[in-house]
Amino acid sequence: TSTMKLILIFSALFGASLCLETFVGHQVLRIKTRNEEEVKQLQLLESLEHLELDFWINPSTAAVPVDVRIPANNVQAVKAFLESHGIEYSILIEDLQVVLDKEKEDMAYSQQRERSSNSFNYGIYHTLDSIYTELDHLASEYSNIVSKLQIGQSYEKRPLYVLKFSTGGRNRPAIWLDAGIHSREWVTQASAIWIAKKIASDYGNDPSITSLLNKMDIFLLTVSNPDGYVFTHTTNRMWRKTRSRNPGSLCVGVDPNRNWDAGFGGPGASSNPCSDSYRGPSANSEVEVRSVVNFIKNHGNIRAFLTLHSYSQLLMYPYGYKCTQPADYAELDALGRAAARSIRSLYGTTFTVGSICTTIYQASGGSIDWSYDYGIKYSFAFELRDTGRYGFVLPASQIIPTAEETWLGLKKIMEHVRDNPY
Amino acid sequence: AAMEVPLSHGLASRAAALATAYLCYRRGSPGRGLALRSLRRARRQDISDVGHKYYLELELEDVLDKDSTVNCTAEVLYHLGNKNIAPDVQFTLEGELKNTDEADNIFYNRIKSLEKELVAENIPDSHGNVPPEMEPIHLLAWVASGYVIWQNSTENTKFQLAQIKHVKQVKRSDEYLEFDYMILLHDMVSQEIIPWQMTVLWHPQHGVQVTQDSRQPKHESG
Repeated sequence: TSTMKLILIFSALFGASLCLETFVGHQVLRIKTRNEEEVKQLQLLESLEHLELDFWINPSTAAVPVDVRIPANNVQAVKAFLESHGIEYSILIEDLQVVLDKEKEDMAYSQQRERSSNSFNYGIYHTLDSIYTELDHLASEYSNIVSKLQIGQSYEKRPLYVLKFSTGGRNRPAIWLDAGIHSREWVTQASAIWIAKKIASDYGNDPSITSLLNKMDIFLLTVSNPDGYVFTHTTNRMWRKTRSRNPGSLCVGVDPNRNWDAGFGGPGASSNPCSDSYRGPSANSEVEVRSVVNFIKNHGNIRAFLTLHSYSQLLMYPYGYKCTQPADYAELDALGRAAARSIRSLYGTTFTVGSICTTIYQASGGSIDWSYDYGIKYSFAFELRDTGRYGFVLPASQIIPTAEETWLGLKKIMEHVRDNPY
Repeated sequence: AAMEVPLSHGLASRAAALATAYLCYRRGSPGRGLALRSLRRARRQDISDVGHKYYLELELEDVLDKDSTVNCTAEVLYHLGNKNIAPDVQFTLEGELKNTDEADNIFYNRIKSLEKELVAENIPDSHGNVPPEMEPIHLLAWVASGYVIWQNSTENTKFQLAQIKHVKQVKRSDEYLEFDYMILLHDMVSQEIIPWQMTVLWHPQHGVQVTQDSRQPKHESG
């Protein structure tokens, strides 16, 4: 069973992490006790520590069979004990190491298969290359509405790819969505690629998305900071910034969400290159930021600017660089609350709604402040799961639930944008 | 007089996080970690020449059993001026916490009977995985980090345990278990990741103690 396989893998991993030996010749027996007396005999056996028995199911009542792993050199002794007491058993696993080796083979094989076939697993975290391959796959599978554009290159010359979702027209009003501007926030890049697939496959099936794409385009930047993302895989899982060199400093990188031309240089960003909130030498100094700014300015018809971060479960509107309310405060707050209700409707996940400044902190040079002051009224920043239990290292099992609930919030906002042209 | 603070306000969430960390330190164990489920109410009082005091109503959950929750009231006093004094925290739990004696004793005996000292890294790993056998080690760090967080919090910080980089058991001749941890703390306000060393003592009947802790320098290039 899959539960048993899970137990096997964890046991083996635990063993490996404790630098224990391998499991060559270890057997797993299933012991069927018929009465309380036999249960007591097994509990006696359990107390003999020198046998190093590993009970996967402990002896407690006669009704439940007992599974136990026995090191190779004690197998015969244990069997002799059971037989002498007339206790029935069967051999579940003849040689545990054989099973573990096969399991490892299977995992490598299915990883290999995933690479060669088209079954991208949205429920795990991927490398940059793997995400970029999936972007191509989506553009090809849904070529009627999805195309891939390059809007620039990162500092280390990696392409910045945007997926365009469009059913035609020329320069239709459009919605901008980005993820992963802070590279350690892995659930955002993972959610973005799931959302890409969702939008593509929902067109023609979901009435709301169909009507949205019949009127508007969507631009989705799944990995805003590819250099940082690669660095989180190769070197430092907690890296946040870009990887640009800072002249005169040993410290690398600029916080790309303090680098926008919105209150730049004000409180809430650091002037120290070694800081994780270093604003950079000047606004738009980072090519990753400049590329998006140029794209949006050249497009000229972006109506909403939405950006994904993690963690904290927040849904925020401007401003960050000042603690005064934006002119559209009432509408943005109401829309934010509606979106948070949509998010909560799926798994009960609660998002707190408010402006950046009052909800977390004053922060200058942020992207949604820039987009709002540029004239893009519907500017929102999401902080996805969780609230700190795992933080940045959110378990992969939460990727799809996070993406699903986040999508409901985004959809609520997009529908409002569609229905309220300005 | 104490004024209501909107629940969505950053200052309220920082005080709530601090209260939770302190509470977790005082009441947690390898079999019980407490996290903030929701903030119900927050009031703030400016006490001249003393500092800022928060009155909080919290709902906490057991991280191992999300259905197990408990209500709590807490008072947090951030001292004015001197940044070297830890905030004062007092709390009252309404109701009982689940008894974890059995789980604690199983973990205690398991570690006591190890031949070689336990050593582990990266908990959770990059993908958020924590092997089930490592969960008590993870929770112990979660509880102990509550102490470090409490001692180092101000109104301008909001700390969470980000990851255990390294943990090594230190064998003792007495009944206590001792672990030497290198953890990463994340401060939401500055966004910094701060490495911190802490020596943790634990015994099922004597609770968690941090006997030594020190902030570590950040690695510059990465």
